[in-house]
Amino acid sequence: MIKRMKPYQLWQLIVATAKELIREPGVIFWGIVFPVLMAFGLGIAFTKKTLTVRKIAVITPESTDRSSISYFPFHEFLNRHGERNPAPATDDYSWKVYIKDDKLGDYEFLFYEMDHNTAMMLLKRGTVNIIIDDTGGETEYHFDPLNSDAHLTYLKISDLAGAGKGTAVTVDKSEGKVKPLTLSGTRYIDFLVPGLITMGVMMSCMWGISYTIIEKRSKKLLRRMIATPMRKSHFLIALITVRLALNFIESSVLYLFAFLVFDVRIQGSFPALLTVFIAGNIAFAGIAVFVSSHTSNTEVGNGLINFVVLPMMVLSGIFFSYHNFPDWSIPVIQKLPLTILTDGVRSIFNEGSGFSLIAMPSMILTATGLIFFAAGLKIFKWH
Amino acid sequence: MAHLSAENVIEVRDVWKSFKSVQAVKGVSMSVPKGKFVALVGPNGAGKTTLVEMIENIRKPDSGEIKILGKKWKGNEDELRRKIGISLQQTYFIDKLTVYETLRLFASFFDLGKDRVEEIIYLTGLNEKRKSYVVNLSGGQRQRLAMGIALINHPAILLLDEPTTGLDPNARYEIWNILKSYRTASEASMILTTHYMEEAELLCDYIIIMDQGKILKEGTLNQLLEDDAGEKIIEFTLEKGLISSDIIKPELPFKITIDQGGRKAWVSVKDLNEQMPLFLSYIKSLGLSIKHLECRKKTLDDLFISLTGRRIDD
Repeated sequence: MIKRMKPYQLWQLIVATAKELIREPGVIFWGIVFPVLMAFGLGIAFTKKTLTVRKIAVITPESTDRSSISYFPFHEFLNRHGERNPAPATDDYSWKVYIKDDKLGDYEFLFYEMDHNTAMMLLKRGTVNIIIDDTGGETEYHFDPLNSDAHLTYLKISDLAGAGKGTAVTVDKSEGKVKPLTLSGTRYIDFLVPGLITMGVMMSCMWGISYTIIEKRSKKLLRRMIATPMRKSHFLIALITVRLALNFIESSVLYLFAFLVFDVRIQGSFPALLTVFIAGNIAFAGIAVFVSSHTSNTEVGNGLINFVVLPMMVLSGIFFSYHNFPDWSIPVIQKLPLTILTDGVRSIFNEGSGFSLIAMPSMILTATGLIFFAAGLKIFKWH
Repeated sequence: MAHLSAENVIEVRDVWKSFKSVQAVKGVSMSVPKGKFVALVGPNGAGKTTLVEMIENIRKPDSGEIKILGKKWKGNEDELRRKIGISLQQTYFIDKLTVYETLRLFASFFDLGKDRVEEIIYLTGLNEKRKSYVVNLSGGQRQRLAMGIALINHPAILLLDEPTTGLDPNARYEIWNILKSYRTASEASMILTTHYMEEAELLCDYIIIMDQGKILKEGTLNQLLEDDAGEKIIEFTLEKGLISSDIIKPELPFKITIDQGGRKAWVSVKDLNEQMPLFLSYIKSLGLSIKHLECRKKTLDDLFISLTGRRIDD
């Protein structure tokens, strides 16, 4: 029997599915408002210029018995350039040096005078990560050169006070201009927004489609619907169509927000972006149908969805690059659908990619979706 | 008998169905003549729902044959779906769709439009609720909506699984009215499952009593009660506590059945004038005294008790 398309029936199913969705106020909040809030929160947290405060131990000359020496170069420097604490209480700092830097963020160094033993103890505890000793008439910096934070502090201070005798490498004083990465496409927010968009697609498909199916099955509504001449495929097509439309709106709102507030731009081809976006939707819609093909228990459904969603959320480099994971795991991670989608979307946003780069990922995603959809339909339980 | 009727719209022949270790339906054969309303009565677990779901093609029988309008389901699904109207034992519709929208959606499955939706709203008396979300309807209104959906495609055959279970008498009465008015307007046939004997007596022409996956007895109401022609029922309770099964003796000229809790008992008697005094003196001879006694015509409930020894709603 040839199955005719029935546009009127399909349209009524789409209308009913859409109405059901938008009449649930939670959908608007969690689908649209929440991702924007998350982008805003994370965007602010990671793009604000920070004030870095570091504590430094300085050895008191009186605590040593080198009475022959009367010139202490670092103390000299502190007295000249530092701001002396007018009334230092016990355990309070003695000098403060403030470095203003509009590009890289401000630094505040607090210098504490103490004897050598106390200084070593605090170094071991990590309260200070550098000890400055000028009681020998020459500035000596003591720190662990493997500790990059200590190393940075050393570089910053020695830049001001003179290299002295450091245990670390000598400073390269060649004048270079510092250019912080504030260009569009290189900031954390540029990394984050494409990830939030793709994560939204995954979550929306997996929870939206799977949950609707499982709930309708457990309420025996699926069984009631297929006891009519309704085309089974129309029901699923309607569900997926409405989800795709919602995902498109969600992503557009999130992007618009990121564009207006953080000036996040799509540097590559928009049609290419649309292609990979739709391919991603197909992939996750297919997986969602597969996951929800059998169970009528919402708690089992919950577990199944989490089983799919959680590993990808952690591994696919939504919030932080997956290149920090062990080398052996990276080829595996790169084969996850969310990774494929995120890398594709991100490359269009930030690297200006076009069709040539996302053609393959889009095909893989579409194929993944279709395979899971077909397999899901094969084992689908309508009642 | 139904089997002899000229045209049967539903034919079920030796159908079996089991779930894991439970034999739900054990070799049932039945038929529904055109234009007749058939009641399938029996307690919970009798296999009524399983049987109806097999007729609806929601479940597949393990063996046996089912024909609707002379056709098997296989290969005729779309055609048959258009000719039957179904109401399942429990269905939730989409919570946040209105009555109108729900009917509109189901109408579209049958390629029907707004006109039919209006007719159904009128038939089910849901006009005041047409804009209410399904989730806000009362149990009775929701069941009327389910009935409306069952009738939306002008079905020639109605298959209704316990359409009035859990409803108050008023709401039940409204459902009966909907079915009666649909019957007058069409030549529909129906299978209705129920455990209300009263509903079967009132709505249906033919009654099939099922228990434990089998048909115990079938016929018209008169036929069913005729077998024990003129039998009357004496229902009684005792002054002091529960009725013990010791009072049942095989040599007695009448049959005593005791309620499972032992609070009530029934005696079926053929000749009231002759047997009533015998019964009373028998009770007296046991040293018991009667608290309450009622004598009445035999009903389907009594028939079920005499067939199974249990009440239908136990």
